[in-house]
Amino acid sequence: MSVGLVIVSHSAQLAAGVVELAAQMARDVVLVPAGGTDDGGIGTSLDKVMSALGQADGGDGVVVLTDLGSAVMTAESALEFMGNPEKIVLADAPLVEGAVAAAVAAQSGAALAVVQKAAEAALSPGPASAGQGASGVIPGAAPGAAAGGTGSTVRPDGAVTAVLTLINPIGLHARPAAALAGALGALDVDIDINGADGQSVFLLMALGAGQGTELHVTATGPDAQRAVDLVRAEVENGFGEL
Amino acid sequence: MTATGTGTTVDAAWAIDWLRRSAAVVAEHRVALSELDRAIGDGDHGENLDRGFTAILAKLDEEAPPTPGAAFKMAAMTLISKVGGAAGPLYGTAFLRAGTAVGDAAALDSALLVAALTAARDGVVARGKAESGDKTMIDAWTPAVDAAAAADRSAPAAVLAAAAEAAEAGAVATDPLIARKGRASYLGERSMGHRDPGAASSALILRAAADAAAAAAPAGASGTGA
Repeated sequence: MSVGLVIVSHSAQLAAGVVELAAQMARDVVLVPAGGTDDGGIGTSLDKVMSALGQADGGDGVVVLTDLGSAVMTAESALEFMGNPEKIVLADAPLVEGAVAAAVAAQSGAALAVVQKAAEAALSPGPASAGQGASGVIPGAAPGAAAGGTGSTVRPDGAVTAVLTLINPIGLHARPAAALAGALGALDVDIDINGADGQSVFLLMALGAGQGTELHVTATGPDAQRAVDLVRAEVENGFGEL
Repeated sequence: MTATGTGTTVDAAWAIDWLRRSAAVVAEHRVALSELDRAIGDGDHGENLDRGFTAILAKLDEEAPPTPGAAFKMAAMTLISKVGGAAGPLYGTAFLRAGTAVGDAAALDSALLVAALTAARDGVVARGKAESGDKTMIDAWTPAVDAAAAADRSAPAAVLAAAAEAAEAGAVATDPLIARKGRASYLGERSMGHRDPGAASSALILRAAADAAAAAAPAGASGTGA
């Protein structure tokens, strides 16, 4: 099982649409829409939210995403009625971006807190905000230093770094970004790729990194080496597109 | 079920009568509440609340809740389910917290009523994240709770009458305020000169509670002249 998602919206169509979009990148995740009032109008329904929570909970927990004001209040009320269960959390996140990011993280098998964080980080700027084609070369991560047998370098401060070149024709577009962010989301790591948070599918896509782009990767945390190895393997494998 | 009371407590019959009176007064002011909301919001407050309280009436017709707490929890669930807009979870949370505060007590004395009103207000604050002066329901509820706490506690009817009076004054006092929460906050200074619909409906509903208590009290027992 994986963490499930419930999408609460004032509009049944909007909730269903967000589920449709997020499901594209997360085929095995239970995504349940709870949109509109009981009689199909614009608004939110406690009954719909509570039954969606029941459907989405496969044991690993549920992350709830909401659209506007009273949807948040209805979702909070539903949790209060249910005695505020520990395994159901509300994500304070933009609905569409948050749902997709959370779905990708859930698909990768990430735990509840990581899925919640993925949603909430969906729009936040990366740690360095270096933006597209980040020119700032990370100290100690010069290309030469990365040419060793492992393809990565451990800096004196413990950070694992690597410089990798995208070889697949389309570069870091949606599917590779989703695969990468999803896999990294399951690891206990803080990872920066050209200034973007490597666990955020949107920030990776926003790099606009095409074929031939150098990726400067810096990872810290218990899974830092695994994370860099994973990025390296994916990049060198052309994300399975070659 | 006829409303009964000893004068020093209110019971399930009072709670049911309160809900019925609330439904009647919301239906009566449905258009007026929506007009207030049309000036500074999305214009559906009266219709939404009316839908919620109509559903409460249907549930009361099916089964009479055995305690005030059960009546409050039924009202909470129904309002959150049926109202749709922000008023649903706000009033729903108010009734839910009030229901939790009174537990399964068969009769509520003044102290328990004050506790219930306080819990209700705190629920609205927690859910809506508004403060006094933001031009919201809180501006009716907080004066009501303060007045209830300071009122003569010998009779619940007096406590509720004090709360209702303060809520009505609080609602009127929202007229000159600039809205800082909800959809009206988008209007900024243009929200001045309009009464907050949520404060207005809160005053109506708290008045219904007082009227139900006055009707339940034995003649002369509480000095309410009912």
